[in-house]
Amino acid sequence: MRTGHETWRQCKNNAFHGLIILFSAILFLPLAAIIFHILKNGLHVLSWEFLTALPKPMGESGGGVGNAIAGTLLLIVLSSLIAIPIGIFTGVYLSENTHGKFSHIIHVAVDMLQGTPSIVIGIAAYIWIVKPMGHFSAFSGGVALALMMLPVIIKSTEETLKRIPNTLKEAALALGAPYYRTMLQIIIPTGFQGILTGVLLGIARVSGESAPLLFTAFGNPFLNLNMNKTVQALPLLIFNYATSPYEDWQAYAWGSSCLLLIFILSLTLLTKAIRPQ
Amino acid sequence: MNPDILTIEHLNFWIADQHIVKDLSLSFPENTITAIMGPSGCGKTTMLRCINRMHELIENTRVEGKIKLSGENIFKLNAMALRRRIGMVFQRPNPFPTMSIYNNVLAGYILNGISLSRKEKDQIVQEALTQAALWDEVKEGLHRKGTFLSGGQQQRLCIARALAMKPKILLLDEPTSALDPKATAHIESLLMELKDTVTVIMVTHNIAQASRISNQTAFMYLGELIEHGTTERMFTVPKDKRTEEYLSGKFG
Amino acid sequence: MQPRKRQTIGEWIFKASLVLSGGLIVAVLGLMCLTLLTHAWPSIVALKWKFVTTNTWDPITSTFGAEAFVIGTLLTSLLALFISLPFSLSVSIFLGEYAQRGILSEVFKAMINMLAGIPSVIYGFWGLFVLVPWIRTFQIWVGIPPFGIGIFTAALILALMIIPYAAAIGRDVIAMVPNELKEGAYSLGATRMEVLLTIVLPTARSGLFAGTLLSFGRAIGETMAVTMVIGNSNLLPTSIFAPGNTMASVIANEFSEATNAIHVSSLIELALYLFVITAIINIIGKWIIQRTEVSHG
Repeated sequence: MRTGHETWRQCKNNAFHGLIILFSAILFLPLAAIIFHILKNGLHVLSWEFLTALPKPMGESGGGVGNAIAGTLLLIVLSSLIAIPIGIFTGVYLSENTHGKFSHIIHVAVDMLQGTPSIVIGIAAYIWIVKPMGHFSAFSGGVALALMMLPVIIKSTEETLKRIPNTLKEAALALGAPYYRTMLQIIIPTGFQGILTGVLLGIARVSGESAPLLFTAFGNPFLNLNMNKTVQALPLLIFNYATSPYEDWQAYAWGSSCLLLIFILSLTLLTKAIRPQ
Repeated sequence: MNPDILTIEHLNFWIADQHIVKDLSLSFPENTITAIMGPSGCGKTTMLRCINRMHELIENTRVEGKIKLSGENIFKLNAMALRRRIGMVFQRPNPFPTMSIYNNVLAGYILNGISLSRKEKDQIVQEALTQAALWDEVKEGLHRKGTFLSGGQQQRLCIARALAMKPKILLLDEPTSALDPKATAHIESLLMELKDTVTVIMVTHNIAQASRISNQTAFMYLGELIEHGTTERMFTVPKDKRTEEYLSGKFG
Repeated sequence: MQPRKRQTIGEWIFKASLVLSGGLIVAVLGLMCLTLLTHAWPSIVALKWKFVTTNTWDPITSTFGAEAFVIGTLLTSLLALFISLPFSLSVSIFLGEYAQRGILSEVFKAMINMLAGIPSVIYGFWGLFVLVPWIRTFQIWVGIPPFGIGIFTAALILALMIIPYAAAIGRDVIAMVPNELKEGAYSLGATRMEVLLTIVLPTARSGLFAGTLLSFGRAIGETMAVTMVIGNSNLLPTSIFAPGNTMASVIANEFSEATNAIHVSSLIELALYLFVITAIINIIGKWIIQRTEVSHG
């Protein structure tokens, strides 16, 4: 009787363990399906022409998504230029002032910004920049993406710098170094890897975003590197082409998805490789 | 004994409303080693940090009294200028991880925006590393990162970093507590040589170390300076019972 | 004297930039709230409560009742949460308790990271071209109108998208449960399952709740994937398989084409609600998690 009870408990225990693994492993199916379909439909579309050429007008074959690739890169550069300095400085402030009231307010603001839906950020950028300027622009898209990047950079900078032993700062100050040089020449370089990780994660996050670009960067069938004009981006192109009825365009969307996925996954892998232990 | 280079007069120190250092007066003769001893929490590290005003990094502190460096009250000087004249070495070796050995030695100049010619740099680096008894071990790899060195070597690099600024005074906060006996012996003999050019003030837990290398010993307890004098006298005929008990290892 | 003066200026500029950067973040948030409010104001004043209590949305006749979108948002998000829960909880338990390290744990972590890294628009694209036909087959098989697209499809895709997020939080709060508690139970002869169900999950309860809440916040605001598979119907959904619209998807669909001032304003009013709701959810969720972090050391 006693041992029977024990065996039953042990059985339940094993069944529970199995169930947990089963439910976790089921998630491999959709992941595999997504990757399979993207590779199957997208890989054969990728070619030199696809990467460099501009889209051809309806009915002509060939062409590519060079405009969207260039546009995505332009948007990444623009948003990085805005978000990296502000993000790092805010992260430094938070790591240096851990208990202040202002730090607490900034923390709440960063959490709120991180949770704000991307479409809402798009609307805000539209009202702030597109409306007063009177036209859609790459710049407004860059601002919208910068707002999405900021929380990632701020948090990783803060966490990284908080882990740097305080004695390093003391050593610099004991040499008579002013505070700003101590931070700029010792503390920030020491945390460089961690900060870079945050920047790359931020780029990975925004390079797949389309909702904030709908009313800002807007899309553009031509190549444009002027930040005052509309610009195409890979995610926007996927959205437009995927919902179009033309098979050629749908093939482009698969190819672009494949490209975007490879780009984002390589960024994530790179992040893993440089992440400090 | 040599004339005093540094004098502390009636130093009081509070963190919030905690009285950490109580009416402490002590002077340090030039080119000698002073060991400051006492059980943990007696205020010895805080006192040391007041000398180069590192205590100002902590919020909510208050200081009263005077510390005179060659007759000047240090609280009237610019804190950064003062710290350049007084070197400091910490408990754990802390070379700057992003800098090479070469730049670590020059860190004081780099961080203060003082530009030097290539020749001056080479000279300062060689001098400081030689003084810190590290030159022979690292001269082949000056441009490697300082963090690749052993613990003892790292600590000597930190000493070289402090010496490169040519300070008159070197403050050491338990500099060997994180090191093995061999590295400790190395640092001790190095300090004995250094006292020809700098005044060494060292906080230590290690009673034997104080007796081996210091000229003057001060004993602190609960924020007060109980007694001080030549090391020989302190270890042979201590006046206070608490000193005697501490030095003979009865507490602390 | 010159270098010291330069240093004082450098010091001042540096400290000022730190404060300014932090202040900018706060200002942006405040400004966002204010901008949305002022631009939504015409619609708030004109439509009042009718905005959320009526369900006729017709830009041509300038009738804006958003009830259908509110219901669509709640329906998709709650359904997604419900579908995702067994999976995200399993992954949390697996990574936080059974396999904190080791190869298997790395493999599952990589899976979660990849699911988290796939852009929304790709989820939507895949959903539209792969999942929708599957759902359609299923609908024909059970004998309901084979839309394919609709609330249920959107919820499935959403579930997949929020699992990594919920699992990452869940893993952290489960791993944070102090070992002493678990060892205490083991020493009384409990099995691993019993320890999990009686000690670990109850201890991590509030953190798991916060994770669920935060994922719900994610689901509410998710736009592209939902827009692509929900069917974009402005009518009140009649079943979970019917096409519909969410607050976010209707903004994505109509904002750039809206010309009528009250239409634009009412879309911004929807954005304002999304902003406020997700802000509240995030503040509460992060606050709960922070509190558990502090109490577990």
